[in-house]
Amino acid sequence: MNLISKELLQAKNEPLNYFNKNSLIIIGLVVLGLFLYPFISPSKFALHLLMMIFMHAVMSQSWNVLAGFSGQISLGHAIFFGIGAYASGYFYTKFQITPWVGIIIGIAISAFVALLIGIPMLRLKGHYFAIATLLIGISFQVIFQRWSEVGGSAGLYVPINRDSPWLSMQFHKSKVSYYYITLVFFIITFFLVWLLNRSKLGYRLKAIRDQSEAASSLGIHVSKYKVIAFIISAMIMAPMGSIYAQYVLIIDPNNTFSVDISILVLLISVMGGVGNIWGPIIGSSILIPISEFSRIYFGGTGRSIDLIIYGILIISICIFRPSGIVSLIPKSFREREKAK
Amino acid sequence: MSILLKVENLSRSFGGIHANSDITFDVNEGEILGVIGPNGAGKSTLFDLITGFTKSDKGKVILRDKNITNIRPDLICRLGVGRTFQKLKPFADQTLLENVIVGALVKEKNLKVARDKALEIIDFVDLIEKRHHYAKELSTGQRKRLELARALATDPKLLLMDEVTGGVDQRTIPGLVELVLKLKKNGITVVTIEHNMKIIMDISDRILALNQGKRIAFDIPKNISQNSQVIDAYLGTVDAA
Amino acid sequence: MTSQVIIQAIISGILMGLIYALIAAGLSLIFGLMEIVNFAHGDHLMISMFSTFWFWMLFGIDPIFSIPLTIILMAFLGVFTHYFIIRKILNSTMLIQICATFGLAVTIRALAQFFFTPDFRTIKNPIIQGKLEIYGIFIGYPQLFASFICLFAFILLYLFVTKTETGTALQATSQDRQAAEILGIPSNKMFALGWAIGLSCVAVAGSMLSNYYYVFPDVGVNFSLFAFVAVALGGFGSINGSLIAGVIIGIVESVGGLLIDPSYKLLYVFAVYLLVVILRPQGIFGRY
Ligand SMILES: Nc1ncnc2c1ncn2[C@@H]1O[C@H](COP(=O)(O)OP(=O)(O)OP(=O)(O)O)[C@@H](O)[C@H]1O
Ligand SMILES: [Mg+2]
Repeated sequence: MNLISKELLQAKNEPLNYFNKNSLIIIGLVVLGLFLYPFISPSKFALHLLMMIFMHAVMSQSWNVLAGFSGQISLGHAIFFGIGAYASGYFYTKFQITPWVGIIIGIAISAFVALLIGIPMLRLKGHYFAIATLLIGISFQVIFQRWSEVGGSAGLYVPINRDSPWLSMQFHKSKVSYYYITLVFFIITFFLVWLLNRSKLGYRLKAIRDQSEAASSLGIHVSKYKVIAFIISAMIMAPMGSIYAQYVLIIDPNNTFSVDISILVLLISVMGGVGNIWGPIIGSSILIPISEFSRIYFGGTGRSIDLIIYGILIISICIFRPSGIVSLIPKSFREREKAK
Repeated sequence: MSILLKVENLSRSFGGIHANSDITFDVNEGEILGVIGPNGAGKSTLFDLITGFTKSDKGKVILRDKNITNIRPDLICRLGVGRTFQKLKPFADQTLLENVIVGALVKEKNLKVARDKALEIIDFVDLIEKRHHYAKELSTGQRKRLELARALATDPKLLLMDEVTGGVDQRTIPGLVELVLKLKKNGITVVTIEHNMKIIMDISDRILALNQGKRIAFDIPKNISQNSQVIDAYLGTVDAA
Repeated sequence: MTSQVIIQAIISGILMGLIYALIAAGLSLIFGLMEIVNFAHGDHLMISMFSTFWFWMLFGIDPIFSIPLTIILMAFLGVFTHYFIIRKILNSTMLIQICATFGLAVTIRALAQFFFTPDFRTIKNPIIQGKLEIYGIFIGYPQLFASFICLFAFILLYLFVTKTETGTALQATSQDRQAAEILGIPSNKMFALGWAIGLSCVAVAGSMLSNYYYVFPDVGVNFSLFAFVAVALGGFGSINGSLIAGVIIGIVESVGGLLIDPSYKLLYVFAVYLLVVILRPQGIFGRY
């Protein structure tokens, strides 16, 4: 090859990933603040609200991993939420297996189901895949409604246990423990996705998302990696189902395998910004308070007001800001700083 | 001189159109083979067949001694065949460097090593200053280099290039041509589709001429320019235009 | 099980299938024109049913007479939808298009819940009621009538698209937007027309359904799912395909429910979809 240019030498000395110092400091402070928050004895509602924001951020991050990394639009992600909820709930109710193990079982079953669904379905393009996942998601709901072993449409009532809160993952006195559990999952998930984004796998998945033919001309087995993305996505979703089940202690097909959940995670991602790691956090921080507050102010009868606001917000985002709220944030604060 | 790629009776039709019928030729190690033919002659289809992007109806593609007919594109890439696309397919929302890293990851296990290799190749195609630019911000000529760099990063023995000089600014053509010659010097075997007659005659060791899906000539440049079928089918139309 | 029961199921299936077909035709027409799947299609059906209901409830207009009114209402709604939403997302990614129509679906359904409550309503004593008995097979007049009207509307739609100048222009736009533009066919107008017609199909189906079906905010959900299946089965964008596909779905639903287990009706139809898209992604009657 020709003489090594100065520019090349300089380029090789650049770090592999850019970190923006300011944003690292901000993230660190926010995380610290979230950990210390319960110490200023906040209201039950405040803890509940934050918990819901974390949980939905993780759920839509799960969706975002599939759409943002491999370009497939799923309309059935509640499948994995439901599997997570039923896995921990069922094994605790029937066999007294601690929900902590239940979470792992849920993750494993979700991964397996994602594999089974993914192999035939991920060959489908665009709308065909989206509609297929919508229908499969509803099929899960129908099947669980009729499946008497797991309680049919009445669902499962997780037996109350007041003796060993950590073992039974039930905290009846305060929401603080639930808050910390969700927070930890939230941080772990985002850290893992952040790593994924910078990993070899991340490079391959983003290549598939942007241009699958070019990706395959570069030695990437497109359908295999799409299935991998689907499995990762499913594994992120499942624990949220388990935690949710332990939080409300009632698991029924209508609040777990629900189209509304599948759509909500999509709306949150689009609201925040698809394919951007911060998108789900931003989307969740906007949409979840809307529904939680409207539930308080309008009560049961006003339940649909949050949906009206959601719908209008989402349509507006699609029209005016299709790249999501994240695109409003100045570039320097976003993940990559471009040299020059 | 050993034969790197052998193509025998390769055929493919789309509906009623015989995009390729009974194409036979071979590529020697280290040579530049030019592929010419008027629009719709079946040149790109031939590339798609060799690299597994479309399935053949008939015929064989043999790389060294290995039959690679109709196997998956990613496997063909791993066996050492790189390609660029006529209709460019960059990863638009990623930087030039990220684009090329994807290619380098085929052979390199370590991300840092892959990055450094990608940088070297980007330097080789003379785009090092643009490494952090998003692909969508690059000019057509630069994007052609991007595709070339990406394919090169996979360490191909054989590189198929679909119209590297097509649709780019006249002034950048000599640079691109020089690049192709540089590839040859580096021991890479090249098959290149070209519409520019002067270039193809200058750089090719041999030329394959197609028309309406059929092979009409396969010879050294000097003989091609005198071949009456080629003149009729191709040069004739160019002159008339 | 007697053959009578099976025939009964097949006939009910066909009757219902004709309604599915018309709903699917509207969806397919819109998709063919601009490659947008209207995920709010079922909710547009719900609006038509409520429109019919309120015409009856407030003004005492029977469903068969309010059809034109509902058509006009829905056609306007279609044009508005195109003008205020769809027009702006024509060049967006598929995800944004899905999201926008889903957002529309969420909004419409929530508005219906807010204003009409989730209650189930029925139209009492419509002009068309009662049932017909032939050789022990019962066919409700409302069902029979609904299917005939839907089939009739379908034929009109077909004639419009194939035989009129505007219809041909519509088809031209759906085949090649740019080329049609060059020929002086304004695609934006065609899109608006497409939405008007697409929702008119739903208006007819909705009016007829409300003659014998419960009217409530979630009523459109299953209909839209079946419409998606029908459109995929018939080949996206193929109006004729959706007729046959609609009828197939109606039969699968009712015969499957009879022979296996009625509570899994949805799944039989979904299974048809999954089989078709995996084995023949262009649809049974698709163009390619
Ligand atoms: N996927 C396809 N479906 C249908 N027809 C196709 C397809 N791909 C190629 N063809 C047809 O096959 C013929 C050969 O096309 P091809 O792209 O190989 O030509 P080409 O020689 O590369 O032309 P150009 O110089 O314009 O690039 C053309 O008639 C084209 O329309
Ligand atoms: Mg070509």
